[in-house]
Amino acid sequence: MTLATPPKLRFATVWLAGCSGCHMSFLDLDEWLFELAERVEIVYSPVASDIKVFPEGVDLCLVEGAVANADNRELALQLRARSKVVVSFGDCAVSANVPGMRNLWAGVEGGSRQSVLERGYVELADTGAQHPHAPGIVPELLERVLPLHELIPVDHFLPGCPPSAERIRTFLEALLRGEAPPMEGPAMLGFG
Amino acid sequence: MGVSWRCCDATACRAAGGAALRQRLEAEMGADRVKPVGCLRLCGMGPLAAADYADGSTELVGGVAGERRLDLAHPFFILQRSVVLERCGLVNPNSIEDAIAQGAYAVLDRCRQLAPQAVIEQVERSGLRGRGGAGYPTGRKWQLVAAQASPTRAVVCNADEGDPGAFMDRAVLEGDPHRLLEGMAIAAHAVGAAEAFIYVRAEYALAIERLRTAIGAAEARGVLAGLPIQLRIGAGAYVCGEETALLHSIEGGRGTPRPRPPYPAVSGLWGLPTLINNVETFAAVPAILREGGDWYAAMGTATSKGTKVFALSGAIPHTGLIEVEMGTSLRTIVEAMGQSPPGQVKAVQTGGPSGGCVPAALLDTPVDYESLQSLGSIMGSGGMVVIDGAMAMPELARYFMRFCVDESCGKCLPCRAGTVQLAQLLDRFVERRATAADLVQLEQLCGMVKATSLCGLGQSAPNPVLSTLRFFRAEYEAAIAGPIAAPIAAPIAP
Amino acid sequence: MTGAQLPVRLSINGLVVEAAAEATLLQAIRSAGLQVPTLCHLDGLTPVGACRLCLVVIEGHPKLEPACVTAVADGMVVHTHTPELDTYRRMAVELFFAEGNHVCAVCVANGACELQAVAVEVGMDHSRFPYQYPRREVDASHPLFSLDHHRCILCTRCVRVCDEIEAAHVWDVGYRGSSCSIIAGLDQPWGEVAACTNCGKCVDVCPTGALFRKEDGSGEKQPHPERAQQLVEARTEHHWHNQ
Repeated sequence: MTLATPPKLRFATVWLAGCSGCHMSFLDLDEWLFELAERVEIVYSPVASDIKVFPEGVDLCLVEGAVANADNRELALQLRARSKVVVSFGDCAVSANVPGMRNLWAGVEGGSRQSVLERGYVELADTGAQHPHAPGIVPELLERVLPLHELIPVDHFLPGCPPSAERIRTFLEALLRGEAPPMEGPAMLGFG
Repeated sequence: MGVSWRCCDATACRAAGGAALRQRLEAEMGADRVKPVGCLRLCGMGPLAAADYADGSTELVGGVAGERRLDLAHPFFILQRSVVLERCGLVNPNSIEDAIAQGAYAVLDRCRQLAPQAVIEQVERSGLRGRGGAGYPTGRKWQLVAAQASPTRAVVCNADEGDPGAFMDRAVLEGDPHRLLEGMAIAAHAVGAAEAFIYVRAEYALAIERLRTAIGAAEARGVLAGLPIQLRIGAGAYVCGEETALLHSIEGGRGTPRPRPPYPAVSGLWGLPTLINNVETFAAVPAILREGGDWYAAMGTATSKGTKVFALSGAIPHTGLIEVEMGTSLRTIVEAMGQSPPGQVKAVQTGGPSGGCVPAALLDTPVDYESLQSLGSIMGSGGMVVIDGAMAMPELARYFMRFCVDESCGKCLPCRAGTVQLAQLLDRFVERRATAADLVQLEQLCGMVKATSLCGLGQSAPNPVLSTLRFFRAEYEAAIAGPIAAPIAAPIAP
Repeated sequence: MTGAQLPVRLSINGLVVEAAAEATLLQAIRSAGLQVPTLCHLDGLTPVGACRLCLVVIEGHPKLEPACVTAVADGMVVHTHTPELDTYRRMAVELFFAEGNHVCAVCVANGACELQAVAVEVGMDHSRFPYQYPRREVDASHPLFSLDHHRCILCTRCVRVCDEIEAAHVWDVGYRGSSCSIIAGLDQPWGEVAACTNCGKCVDVCPTGALFRKEDGSGEKQPHPERAQQLVEARTEHHWHNQ
């Protein structure tokens, strides 16, 4: 799916279960961000906006991170419903990557959720070992961490951990021209 | 009273209480009037015993108390044409004397007087094709092995029968093992082999026991003329029925296939030119050499000659072992012989995990290699499972796919990883949570696994899916998530 | 007469290529400067035809053929890239990623991994097949090296290099199907296998981060897949004076 080029695209970036490295790489676009700002209106983003609710009528949404908890899932479903084009942005969104490694414990007693909480908050705790529990404040972990496309339809995949600024720029430039991004070769593809 | 009894002492009747029936008969008639024999065909009614009267008439009874009198004039029996099974059920499988009295090894003796080429020529004239599934012309294979420049060659019998629903070879091994040994010895003479192996799956405990007895007796009497026939027992891997995996296993290696060429005929066991045929193929040979290739070729169809043994099972009143002329229609087998009421059959599964389902509407299909293949199924080794309306086709396909997941050797990627993904995709259809995209992916992945796997197991693993998609696509489409479900099974043909 | 056969001519992607009669199709393809992806193949080791990435179309053949184990023949017409082959190769690479636990970001071989490179070559931007997350082990019992089974693609290069070149046969394959794994000795911890000479050839030829030197951290592995062929050549052509 490609985009038409209206005067200002409504542009969003979302941060699910990831390290924010993809957003850091996005910020590495440096002065090109000014060019981007002339083409798009940033309507939702953890690094460029203070809006808390994902808005309606988004043209392009980059999604960093895997779907690992109830909030991630809710936001992913919401952004899909409200965005024309959704991009899996970086390896965590594309493959679940590091957050997905706890899926290895899905088959053990207690499952992956229990195992990772036990390890993180009890076994490795220096003091005050306890499972985090704050209903309505701390979102529940999902039993299986999903790459984005296993939950919602995804239009484009931009792999990399993180994708380099150059790769992000080439990708966005193509979309802004209304073209399919040239997803081939080591410049544009490659995990890690 | 001039009656003597033949009591089936093969696996199925043993499981059904054959020992109790035999003890009763022995107590009643005296042990000398009761003889253990191999399969009497109508396994589902077992345990079976046949009474031979002095006037030449025969009666068949079933049940531990002999309570069911079975009609030998039923099409199940009279439409059979016994060639491979001609002595099965008549001969005591543990007695070489009985086998010889009924003609065993006489053909071998005659063949030894013939030049090897003359023997091969008769096999070629017979039109016999490999009964293991692929249907390669047997005479041509023998010719190829004989033509290799090598001081010696090997003969191997593939007795690793493992398709779910297949028990043809087991019947031969348990019922008439000397026929197999004779066929192998004839083959060894024809191709110039100095050693022979039988590779049999460990699960066939009774067959192994009978083969050991038979080989020991044949060697003691010298009827094999010095040909050593060695038994090799599989370790439970289905893929060892694939010829290159089987050879690796005999050599003591891991049972995994290798790319062909070279074919075993050129480089097989320890690099020797090797003839590999399955049990039924070898077991057809003595009759062919006795009656002549032309006699055999007069039976069957233009490209599929002779007779074929099938293991008939599933949702059908008459289950058991049948041997019929090639070209017999599925309808004859299922409705006349199997006695399935018209309209009750949904499909017939042939060829096991490598095969497919022939829908009821096509029951008039003649059973031959080409006809079944044109319908996306295969002859296979001879398993024939009748499916009725209670079985949903995605579930049937998943059964076979899980079988392939379990039995993949793991050497090549498409079979090792592709079958796992296919089974999971099929889960979504069985559980009615599939998407339209899943259907596309299912078909694509079937195509990929089929086209890219290393050996026949992987290449044919998608067949049960592709075949049911071809004839029962509506059942897959109905499983694409709608929360409320119409019955998944398609209506049965009227 | 040397007994050598005359070279053969074949067509690969429309190019006329001359190859030695005993060459494999893969050798002919590469000597013509063309590319076809491989993972299990390694020059210097016996080919096994297991990864199926080098499958090509040969006109007149009913099936796709693995270039690594197929002999060239005069007049052969070969296509290395068709839409069908491209589709199958990408699916194959996705299956490789989905069947193991390949997390490039934290892998010793990040940046030097053949699986990672092949994914780029076949245009894989994500896997359409769900990751399986198999529970596997890490064998760190050897003093110098480790084996992380999560990253193993069962190419069996380690098995072959140890058997054919080092002649120690430390490695083999155990178990079946998706449970297959490389095993040391009689399925023992690697460090307990006395046959291991600590030569490191298995680490050198491993295409992924499955086998690595203990001192290597993320992205620090330096594989040497060329060494298998170098050793074979050095031996057959007597590069060493003591031979």
